[in-house]
Amino acid sequence: MPEQTKPILSVKNMSVQFPSLSGVVSAVRNLSFEVGREKVGIIGESGSGKSTTGRAIMRLQPATARVVADEMRFEDVDLLTASEAEMRAIRGSRISMILQDPKYSLNPVMTVGEQIAETVILHERLGRKAARERTLAMLERVNIRDPQRVFNLYPHEVSGGMGQRIMISMMLISSPSLIIADEPTSALDVTVRQQVLSILDDLISERNIGLIFISHDLNLVKSFCDRVIIMYAGRIVETIDASKLDQATHPYTRGLLEALPSLDHPRDRLEVLKRQASWAEA
Amino acid sequence: MRQARLHKAYVLWLSLIANPLAFAGFLVVVGLVLVATFAPLLANHDPILQDLTMALKPPSAVNWFGTDEFGRDVYSRLVYGARTTLYISVLVTVIVAPIGFAIGATAGYLGGWVDVVLMRITDIFLSFPSLVLALAFSAALGPGIENAVIAIALTVWPPIARLARAETLTFRAADFVVAAELQGAGMGRILFRHIVPLCAPSIIIRLTLNMSSVILTAAGLGFLGLGAQPPMPEWGAMAASGRQYLLDAWWLTTVPGIAILLVSLAFNLLGDGLRDIMDPRNA
Repeated sequence: MPEQTKPILSVKNMSVQFPSLSGVVSAVRNLSFEVGREKVGIIGESGSGKSTTGRAIMRLQPATARVVADEMRFEDVDLLTASEAEMRAIRGSRISMILQDPKYSLNPVMTVGEQIAETVILHERLGRKAARERTLAMLERVNIRDPQRVFNLYPHEVSGGMGQRIMISMMLISSPSLIIADEPTSALDVTVRQQVLSILDDLISERNIGLIFISHDLNLVKSFCDRVIIMYAGRIVETIDASKLDQATHPYTRGLLEALPSLDHPRDRLEVLKRQASWAEA
Repeated sequence: MRQARLHKAYVLWLSLIANPLAFAGFLVVVGLVLVATFAPLLANHDPILQDLTMALKPPSAVNWFGTDEFGRDVYSRLVYGARTTLYISVLVTVIVAPIGFAIGATAGYLGGWVDVVLMRITDIFLSFPSLVLALAFSAALGPGIENAVIAIALTVWPPIARLARAETLTFRAADFVVAAELQGAGMGRILFRHIVPLCAPSIIIRLTLNMSSVILTAAGLGFLGLGAQPPMPEWGAMAASGRQYLLDAWWLTTVPGIAILLVSLAFNLLGDGLRDIMDPRNA
């Protein structure tokens, strides 16, 4: 099927620059990657430009930032030239983003049901009743028992894991073809994490859509994603199949892997990552 | 859903009763509304009927608060004056709340040069003492109660806009606003669906606290002859006209003065109480 092979998102030579008093600072430099109907992990340390990349794809970078690229194409839309109104029509309905912490990403004075329904009211012009039906079905889909009750709850009345499932249903209700998940599980504890991830995994394989999974958890990305992009200081240092992550060749990736404790090969002393200035330059 | 709202109102009512000062303020405000509504029933004389043979009579069984220099009954004028006071303060509030919110929230949400322009305009308004500004506006617009309302509204909106901006700024970068943007919501939708409900309590409180200064400004304008025009009963104007007879007829200034004091105090107490009740941080 040609549909399968054609990438959903292709980015060529994207840079995100922040002009400042002491010159232009580039948070992301010359990034090129493609995302098809697969799960792509973006991994890197704090400040390596992972989240900035996600926001730049949605064109929600801070007002001071400048995004330049040779090409940024999402399906049939050129993200570089799309107007703000066109972007609004895309956000939420065709590209969605799951944020880190449901405690902050849900409006405290709106019921969760209203917030989920807003997407379909906005993009599909559904009536209140139809939107409510859709929301209840979606809540059920993310394994929330008793969706009728949860619909009328406020965000402070739900648990963290439930909140993240609500966030997922809010972002998936209008069947987008690309999802950007910006550290969706880092605010959750380990047991809830697996549960939320398996729901996300089900939804993505069921609908055959693309996922960009931003994280700094190597093991998680290795087991969850198909392909991994490793970023350092705003650049891609290596792109590798998740299953072959152990055979990574780049010294930075090797350094990251060696800094991880492992149950299979216990060591008294873990390696310390030795940075080289050339990684940021190359 | 309706039951939940009723319960919420009931809880609000309980916490209002638990705060005696706020409750007292609430009672006076309710009293003011009732007096204004039933003025024709409560007044025992025509408030604008002149009878020079009855001029400057001290309080008695017939004229409860005495009569003024034209022989008009002060009690009846006071009762009808409640209408004017309520009219001005409610109208000013209704005008000011949306203007202040729209300007403040737009400035806070958009930031950049929009913020700078809008906030410098509010700064210009804030740099004048509000009474002087209201005086200037009502003098320019001409005396009369509608013009007084416009003049007062023009001086009251800047603090509301400031407050709305500050509140908007605290939520501007919040993740749930970003989440709404990610859903594809536009600026209007985010402002009205997400930010208004969050700013509403503090703005309502601020407006209630403002009521007393609106009443005082209205009285001040009336006192200077720029607000309500004779023979319309208005508390400030009543106090002003009684000033000439202060030594012979104390009741002319004292009675409307006390009314102004009571009502503005009541609004202040109610506003203070509302802050304690509606602000979840004080719960």
